[in-house]
Amino acid sequence: MSEENGTVDEVVVEERALPENTILRSLFEEFEDIIWELSHGQDVASVPRERWAEFGESAKAAGFEVCVDVTAVDWMRQRPDRFEIVANLLSMQHRLRLRMITTAPREEPSVASLVPIWPGANFAEREVYDMFGVTFEGHPDLTRILMPDDWEGHPLRKDFGVGSVPVQFKESNRVS
Amino acid sequence: MSDDTKTRDTLDVWVAGTEEPQFTPTDEGAQEMALHETESRLDEELGRVVDDDYLFEDVIDEDERMILNMGPQHPSTHGVLRLQIELEGEIIRRTKPIIGYLHTGMEKTAEQLNFSQGGTNVTRMDYLAPFHNELAYSLAVEKLLGMEVPPRAMAIRILLTELNRCSSHLVALATNGMDIGAISMMIYGFREREQILAFFEKTTGLRMNHNFIRPGGVAADLPPGWKDDVADIIEQLPKRLKQYDDLLENNPIWLSRTRHVGVISAQEATAYGITGPALRAAGVDWDLRKAFPYSGIEQYEFEVPLGENGDVYDRYRVRVDEIMQSLHIAEQVMDSMPKGDYRVDDRKITPPPRARIDESMEALIHHFKLFTEGFKVPPGETYVAVESPRGELGCYLVSDGQASPYRMHTRAPSFANLQALPIAMADSLMADTVATIASMDPVMGDVDR
Amino acid sequence: MATTAPGNLLMTTVDKAARWARTRSMFPATFGLACCAIEMMATGAAHYDLARFGMEVFRASPRQADLMIVAGRVSQKMAPVLRQVFDQMPDPKWVISMGACASTGGMFNNYALVQGVDQVVPVDIYVPGCPPGPQSLMHGILTLHDKIMKGEIVK
Repeated sequence: MSEENGTVDEVVVEERALPENTILRSLFEEFEDIIWELSHGQDVASVPRERWAEFGESAKAAGFEVCVDVTAVDWMRQRPDRFEIVANLLSMQHRLRLRMITTAPREEPSVASLVPIWPGANFAEREVYDMFGVTFEGHPDLTRILMPDDWEGHPLRKDFGVGSVPVQFKESNRVS
Repeated sequence: MSDDTKTRDTLDVWVAGTEEPQFTPTDEGAQEMALHETESRLDEELGRVVDDDYLFEDVIDEDERMILNMGPQHPSTHGVLRLQIELEGEIIRRTKPIIGYLHTGMEKTAEQLNFSQGGTNVTRMDYLAPFHNELAYSLAVEKLLGMEVPPRAMAIRILLTELNRCSSHLVALATNGMDIGAISMMIYGFREREQILAFFEKTTGLRMNHNFIRPGGVAADLPPGWKDDVADIIEQLPKRLKQYDDLLENNPIWLSRTRHVGVISAQEATAYGITGPALRAAGVDWDLRKAFPYSGIEQYEFEVPLGENGDVYDRYRVRVDEIMQSLHIAEQVMDSMPKGDYRVDDRKITPPPRARIDESMEALIHHFKLFTEGFKVPPGETYVAVESPRGELGCYLVSDGQASPYRMHTRAPSFANLQALPIAMADSLMADTVATIASMDPVMGDVDR
Repeated sequence: MATTAPGNLLMTTVDKAARWARTRSMFPATFGLACCAIEMMATGAAHYDLARFGMEVFRASPRQADLMIVAGRVSQKMAPVLRQVFDQMPDPKWVISMGACASTGGMFNNYALVQGVDQVVPVDIYVPGCPPGPQSLMHGILTLHDKIMKGEIVK
């Protein structure tokens, strides 16, 4: 991420924000296009979609043996890419947590699967597929897990209604 | 994957007695077993990696296998788990857990409820450890708000969650024993649990699903005389645990049914993201209460029991020892309970005491705003995890500045633990299935949410 | 054995005896789904003993049970299974819908749950609560016994 100022002997290099922890630092230094942020004291890595699996492998090699969770957020129209895929990692040996996030577009959202790296991501990715419709390439068995097999629609998307049945004397479910 | 918003009409489910059922029972829900990607994966799944005496020939004829369906309604009291098991005689070759029979759409409901109502929703996920669910959720909300709760609230939270760990492990031991055949364990476990639930009822008003730990602290102060109740529990429970030991510890039937059964090694456990007693039984020293302490638990001294082999016996042993350690923590909390507020004094978050509403206009307005609109949480996202009796129970909360969460996701420990069932059950006998499932202690409310 | 000819003393007495026998040893089929299942187990345990009513044997097989206590929330995926288990029970059979989620969908008024198990099976007794304590469940069971004894529920 370096900008050239025009003249040869003045090169302005933007200082990339890097975490203090040495293990995380070396992990981020390996990848140039990944942004590090601190969200309420937790390290978050924004990874471009094409490098998702690659970053995952490096993270595992750096000591993050456990993939705690894979989930998604549907940002509807608030962001250019509709879905945000979030994977929480845990390193038991170094006592560290790391969150990696990436985005997936509105049409045919698809991300590489983390199952070849961490087998424990299997059910979590199936749940994201079931609830959001995001496909994971390389997943051994991407089928619906929580809803019946013939269910249509993806419930946790924002345009899927709650499905509530009208109840006498109660006008709405939405609070605010 | 289209943006198809057609929902299944809930009234489409047939009303009893008026129409023919629209399903053919025998075909219902048969699913594809996991596809084999590589030879080594196939070997793993067929159990050829493990050297055992049951395997007489290298290549087994596909015709000799039978697919058996176990569940979702079955007498093992672990809820609605369905297992599709491929059997070769009595030996299990492949398993596929099929879940979703208790899916309640709690994450969708969480987006409709505001932040103080969220506890009622979250507490019903892992219904054997409701305080832990509420704690994870409240800690996540408090992290987004950037607030710290007073020390008394933290101590009350620890007291309740540790007693809840005891009651949850008692149910686990009771059902574990009953499933393996020691039916008196069921009676023992629930008898002890009644004592703890009576204390919970006195404190929170409910035996289960309390909605007591809320963002900002706890809902009410401990009742007068709570020390006697807790002291009673601390005194009685170890004696009763000794009764369990008398029944089970040196019992040759118990030992032969639990030792070296349902083994999950440390590597498999870390690869599959298993946490909690199942991980500690495999010998991995990982407990969130020690690694990432929460709610002031670092002030209390306790040990983390570990196992060796990762079999059913070790998991049972770890749970019994954890009950003892939790009682030790409860004793320390009881002795050192700080005085002070039981919830944060910020009137924008916690409601004023009811008596003040008659006196002060401000209190009335705050009360009104909190209970109609709810408090707003600044935008952000966070992930907080606590150590529940089943493992790492985490809450991933995203807020966009409104009064209700934009997205709330719970990382359920039983969800991850169930992924290891095929590995734990591979190449074992059908009879060991029940013991293995019981020892993993899945709570289907947690799995399906 | 419902009598269609009232006034026949012998048949009425046999009918009463049949009703008495049915209530005194009703075997529940476990349909414990969620949190209410734990309270149902607690009802069967030592503190709130169900064995004094002859009901502590929770039959696993619906073919041997006459009471189905639907304890917990019934999801869309589970509804056909519920119906199948109910159909497998031989007559006479009764259904107790235990808890708010089984009775009306409870606090989860959304896409995932059947809003009330009476959409799927005919229910005789509704026990409210979230979860109903063992005392409430026992009150529900005893009310069912009462209703059968008085002949209000004729099967």
